[in-house]
Amino acid sequence: MVRVIFGSALRQYTGGVEEVEIEATTVRSLINALDRRFPGLGGAIDGHIKTDALYERVPEGSEVHCLPPIGGG
Amino acid sequence: MTVTATPSYKWVGTRPVRHDGLEKVTGRARYGADLNLPGMLIGAVLRSPHPHARILSIDTSAAEAMEGVRAVVTGADFPILESEQGGSGEEYVDFRDLCHNVMARDKVLYEGHALAAVAATSRREALAALAAIKVDYEVLPHVIDVDRAMAPDAPILHEDMITEGVDPVPDEPSNVASRYVIDRGDIEKGFAEADVIVEREFVTQPVHQGYIEPHAVVADVGQDGKATVFCSSQGHFMVRSFTALLLGWEPSRVKVIPAEIGGGFGGKTTVYVEPVATRLSQKAGRPVKIVMTRDEVFRATGPTSGSKIRLKVGATSDGKLTAVEGSMAYQAGAFKGSPVSLGCMCAFAPYSVENVLLEGLDVVVNMPKVAAYRAPGAPMASFASETLLDEVAEQLGMDPLEFRLRNAAEEGVRAVYGPIFKRIGFIETVEAVRDHPHYSIELGPNQGRGVASGFWFNFGGSSSATVHINEDGTASVLTGSPDIGGSRASMALMAAEELGIDVYDISPIVSDTESVGYTDVTGGSRVTHATGMAVIDACRNVVADLRARAAMVWDVDVEEVEWVDGRAQHVSGDRAPMTTKDLAIDAAGTGGPITSSAAVNARGAGAAFSTQVCDVEVDPETGAVKILRYTTAQDAGRAIHPSYVEGQMQGGVAQGIGWALNEEYIFDDGGTMENAGFLDYRMPVASDLPMIDTVIVEVPNPGHPYGVRGVGEVGIVPPMAAVANAIHDATGLRLSELPMSPVKVLAAIGANGG
Repeated sequence: MVRVIFGSALRQYTGGVEEVEIEATTVRSLINALDRRFPGLGGAIDGHIKTDALYERVPEGSEVHCLPPIGGG
Repeated sequence: MTVTATPSYKWVGTRPVRHDGLEKVTGRARYGADLNLPGMLIGAVLRSPHPHARILSIDTSAAEAMEGVRAVVTGADFPILESEQGGSGEEYVDFRDLCHNVMARDKVLYEGHALAAVAATSRREALAALAAIKVDYEVLPHVIDVDRAMAPDAPILHEDMITEGVDPVPDEPSNVASRYVIDRGDIEKGFAEADVIVEREFVTQPVHQGYIEPHAVVADVGQDGKATVFCSSQGHFMVRSFTALLLGWEPSRVKVIPAEIGGGFGGKTTVYVEPVATRLSQKAGRPVKIVMTRDEVFRATGPTSGSKIRLKVGATSDGKLTAVEGSMAYQAGAFKGSPVSLGCMCAFAPYSVENVLLEGLDVVVNMPKVAAYRAPGAPMASFASETLLDEVAEQLGMDPLEFRLRNAAEEGVRAVYGPIFKRIGFIETVEAVRDHPHYSIELGPNQGRGVASGFWFNFGGSSSATVHINEDGTASVLTGSPDIGGSRASMALMAAEELGIDVYDISPIVSDTESVGYTDVTGGSRVTHATGMAVIDACRNVVADLRARAAMVWDVDVEEVEWVDGRAQHVSGDRAPMTTKDLAIDAAGTGGPITSSAAVNARGAGAAFSTQVCDVEVDPETGAVKILRYTTAQDAGRAIHPSYVEGQMQGGVAQGIGWALNEEYIFDDGGTMENAGFLDYRMPVASDLPMIDTVIVEVPNPGHPYGVRGVGEVGIVPPMAAVANAIHDATGLRLSELPMSPVKVLAAIGANGG
């Protein structure tokens, strides 16, 4: 299981739920699982991460945070 | 001074003269404006004199008929893109905003907003043609102040902008593009546990990155319809992507050749004149050069946000933070996308705090769209948070560094913004300042000492590298990262370490977009980390190849060949070692040229922390603040080239001191910038500053083979608070508005009865 923690911006899609545990092995499978549980949430996350991390492995027991894009100077 | 942790290397950590140094100090290096091509035209851009106006009509007929004019473009010459978040690597932008920023269509949204451009045979003719373009405007009310922009009766910049992140979704448009919140723990409980609570409001003004070299480009669209673009930027692959996108082309139709870059600091992570010059060249059938003036750089390229911040901090009597709460509103400029969420995430990131409620508002106003500037969003937020922490420590009667140590984040602590920190070196930076001789030097009359700390995430991202072994045994190392802070030298050092050859036998090259794989911008303090990893990987591939070739020559198993100090050695020692040169000479016979490429999308960019101490002397007669001494300690993970790490640390501090004491955009009542030049926009020069002492702390980053952490940005985060806290120590005054110019300091002294 993977522990997913939602920032306040995403809680409008989760009915105020702050964190859930999800069965997932990659970021893509995690987003799909979240979208099934909270319809619309997957698109909100996917719209920001694009292709950059979709295939990233998510090890068992991981903690996943959904953060705003971080750019630098 | 260096605080060193573990192993020593032969090359990593040494200080060779940079490979590009001679070309630069002798004036031979080619910057963006240095290229001239046969038949080249000069481009110039028509910019709005109004901060907010509807464009009723643009008539370019007279300009097009003028002698010497070869092409004219307006917004109609560029496709209108749909609103879509995307980008090139870490630079996420809204494509529709990007295309409207490069060339206005129906409205101009700030003084300096581009709305037409010409290419002519001389600059004089180009400027005359600009003057002949007739624009009919309907001038609209404008708003620049962030509070006024959020007021219900404020002029609305974008009629379709509905605030995101608010529940329920608003019915009416506003200038607040989005609301971001960090909400952790129980904020009421946290303040109830506090023995000391301090709350203040802070104001900062927009400041420019202030790079010496203005934006400059030469674009040449050939008969085959393909464009070659020569320009200075922080990422030529970004220029390729964005230029092609704004022209409606595929990226492969654009080749970008990187010029040397005379500073960027985040401001050159987007495009302004590159697509314009390319379209002009396409229309004219000749190369076109556009070089911005300093005036244009100030009026039309991204400064960073001004801000209005309210923060409240609670702590127990034994110095433990119990709660932080507050709201930050950042100016985004004409289009959404201020770094306010990053400000919220960074403000208290050095500390372990359980109860957090921070709100960030991204507010559009009639000034240039902000661009990244060194740790974007963090400096203004940390000016507020680190000033408040100083005040809390003072009320507790506690040394400000001791107060920081009692609350310091370390490995295993959950950051204010959510994730749990891996190995970090914040505590080590605080201890380095505490133990530095500077911290105990006695101060005189009107003198004061202040400390502050700062955090920046750092970034990994995509990078490519190719390594060639030349016939003489030297190596060429090709990357796609523009060299702003000495990265050629760092790449060469890592390659020398891996290959085991002399650093001066490495030729580090910044290649164009067709000669090396895709690479994200030089930004986010990522190059030594991420591009360095690609270089290391490519070198390790080469070493594996060299071992295999030696095994072939010796007719032994490859496992019997070791690579030591740039030579293949047989483990039994009964073969004469073969150098890189020996193997390179015989390369044709062992499989052909020796070369390898590697690419990474680097993770594991270790977080950066800095702690700084500043001594000032305040002149009570004039309000002038003199920086007497300054020491900065920063965790570099592993300093590949310590001189350039120190340079980044000093540069960040110098820019932060300018932000603290003098720099600001000043607008008149009509929304026109009044100080668009270096005489009136006062950046620090060498005579304004003392020698900035540096302490490189090395707590290796587990996410990099040598432990590298990015060092380019975090140095600018603490200075504003460090200076403000020093002024307080000297005068007893808490200044909460930047810049802390003589006028403001004198007014505060006067208001305090001085």
